[in-house]
Amino acid sequence: MSVLSSIMAFIAAAIIQGTPLLFGATGEIITEKSGNLNLGIPGIMYIGGISGIIGGYLYEHFCAEPIPVLCVIISLLASLAGSTFIAFIYSFLTITLKANQNVVGLALTTLGVGLGNFYGGSLLKMFGESGSISLLVTGNAYKTKIPFLSDHLGIVGETFFSFGFLVYLSIFIALFAQWFLNRTRVGLNLRAVGENPATADAAGINVSKYKYLATCIGGAIAGLGGLYFVMDYTTGAWTNNGFGDRGWLAIAIVIFALWKPRSAIFSSYVFGGLYIACIFIPGLSGSTKELIKMLPYLVTIIVLVFTSSRKKKEHQPPAALGRSYFREER
Amino acid sequence: MQNEKAKSAAITKKTHEPFIYITKRNDLPRLKAWGIRAAVLLIAMLFCALLVMLLTGENPINVFSSMVEGSFGTSRKMWNLLQSAAILLGISLAVTPAFKMRFWNTGAEGQVLIGMLASVACMFYIGDAIPSWLLIVIMFFASVIAGAVWAGIPGFFKATWNTNETLFTLMMNYVAMQLVSFFIMIWVPSGSMILGVVNADSQNGWFPSIAGQKYLLNVLIVALITVIVYVYLKKTKQGYEIAVVGESENTARYIGINVKKVILRTVLISGALCGVMGWILAAGTAHSITANSVGGNGFTAIMISWMSKFNPLVMVFSSLLVCFLQRGAGEIASTLRLNSSVGEVLTGVIILFIISSEFFINYKVNFRHKKHKEEVK
Repeated sequence: MSVLSSIMAFIAAAIIQGTPLLFGATGEIITEKSGNLNLGIPGIMYIGGISGIIGGYLYEHFCAEPIPVLCVIISLLASLAGSTFIAFIYSFLTITLKANQNVVGLALTTLGVGLGNFYGGSLLKMFGESGSISLLVTGNAYKTKIPFLSDHLGIVGETFFSFGFLVYLSIFIALFAQWFLNRTRVGLNLRAVGENPATADAAGINVSKYKYLATCIGGAIAGLGGLYFVMDYTTGAWTNNGFGDRGWLAIAIVIFALWKPRSAIFSSYVFGGLYIACIFIPGLSGSTKELIKMLPYLVTIIVLVFTSSRKKKEHQPPAALGRSYFREER
Repeated sequence: MQNEKAKSAAITKKTHEPFIYITKRNDLPRLKAWGIRAAVLLIAMLFCALLVMLLTGENPINVFSSMVEGSFGTSRKMWNLLQSAAILLGISLAVTPAFKMRFWNTGAEGQVLIGMLASVACMFYIGDAIPSWLLIVIMFFASVIAGAVWAGIPGFFKATWNTNETLFTLMMNYVAMQLVSFFIMIWVPSGSMILGVVNADSQNGWFPSIAGQKYLLNVLIVALITVIVYVYLKKTKQGYEIAVVGESENTARYIGINVKKVILRTVLISGALCGVMGWILAAGTAHSITANSVGGNGFTAIMISWMSKFNPLVMVFSSLLVCFLQRGAGEIASTLRLNSSVGEVLTGVIILFIISSEFFINYKVNFRHKKHKEEVK
């Protein structure tokens, strides 16, 4: 029984670790399907987190009796607004101004991480408080479990139904994205834009519009990953650089999942599991733990090499990934 | 040309003409292009001043003078600035050959780190067995090989199967970081994850101080690398081949360049240079290593290289500017008791401004009413 319960605890922990990655990966998949390789995702996830914190803080700070539901709504909207704004900057620079996507993405990551740490470190000082940010009301509101399922199903309920709503939202968004990309006309158009923008343009698809929308929506979804991390995982607390390199891991999952949101769900939990596997395996030496932490990246590299050598069409990145589209350049 | 004009006029009569349309231009004089860049840089600085003013409520002149104070205040501060600028410049130079070839090497961070790891490993294992100068030479070769291998692996797969190098090199960064953590775990039995200064007493494998300045040798080596890279890119056949492959692989093939060979060779050179920077960091600056020793310089270098248009001489200026911003922002942060991340924010803003300025150099924005006037003429 103890083995079972520890395995179940591991699965639950992997899902918790995997959820920010899943948001990031789904957002990046939608973005990449439009041909934009947004390396700003790690920065956007920081922004999503800190925007939510700022929104939640302003509400909790200026309201004597904060209502949990409003806490959630306000911080959620703030987070979406913040990350969409950064994704919009990326879109404007790469789509309208045709700047290099890699460079803009990296600059946005620098900016996003910097802004996140800046506000995280000095938000309280701006309002004349000391200590570190801790939004307990908002954090606990995000952590609210599903009432009946979480405590009446024994170990299954504890493992699968005891998360905050964002975990289920992330799965829903990924499944929805899968359906949307593959089963709707708009999704088909979007994929056409990512594969060959010139052809899509000739077919009457508004390439810029698709790219803008996909990048901004993708950024908003990725930002939710940051929000989940600060609100649910750390219960409304901010630590500088606490989010770490999870943003890059999300980009790795996009490759591992072969640009399919549905596979990203499972991949995220696998990566989340690998991220914390060293804590759950007993009797590991410190150095072995570090090698295990290397696994997600090694696996990604192997997948990347393998798919490029097999040259199977449905496993390739969007053909125009990373290139700006300029109509008069053929 | 006239025929085309007539054609487009015929089309516009029938169809809706957009209010703004964009054309490519290649004819902008160089001086004017650099003028635009300088103007944008000025606007970016003003924007940053405004930003800092809004954040702190301080007079921007005070802020600027405290930034200057933080970077140039004492000779120690100045040397620190010079040495961090030299490291950033060196890594920017290292990524440039690959970048110019449109090989998007986002793995400089890892390549420098692995070079550093090789050097520190030499210091750790054979530090006391051989004289310091020989150790430094061995470290150099170890770092160069490590950096070249780290870049060569993605380069090989890019050349054979066209594997996406941006994502591959990105992942290699984290493999390198974990490898460093792994070795630190082995080297530090207490598990504190902190490897102190290696060979602190004997100073074996450390760069010697020149004229009493411990960072002077770092700066001199990077200056030498700057000249070498400049000459290599501008004056040699290989540099020309890099430029051609970067412009168009098909053209390169047509004129008989072995594209695969050029890609591999350039990536190896790029990685080897990153390794050299790792060697400098290990022997000249840190004398130790952590997983975070490169500190994001590998990523900043990519932006420096790009915003300098791959010109090594401009990179000298750009990396000085960015280091000045970061150090200066650190100073404001401590005097105004703000968070030191202001530096990253300012760097990000300025780089974004400069990247977007490229649009106005490469493209021309035409408005509808202008064209009508032309037609009247």
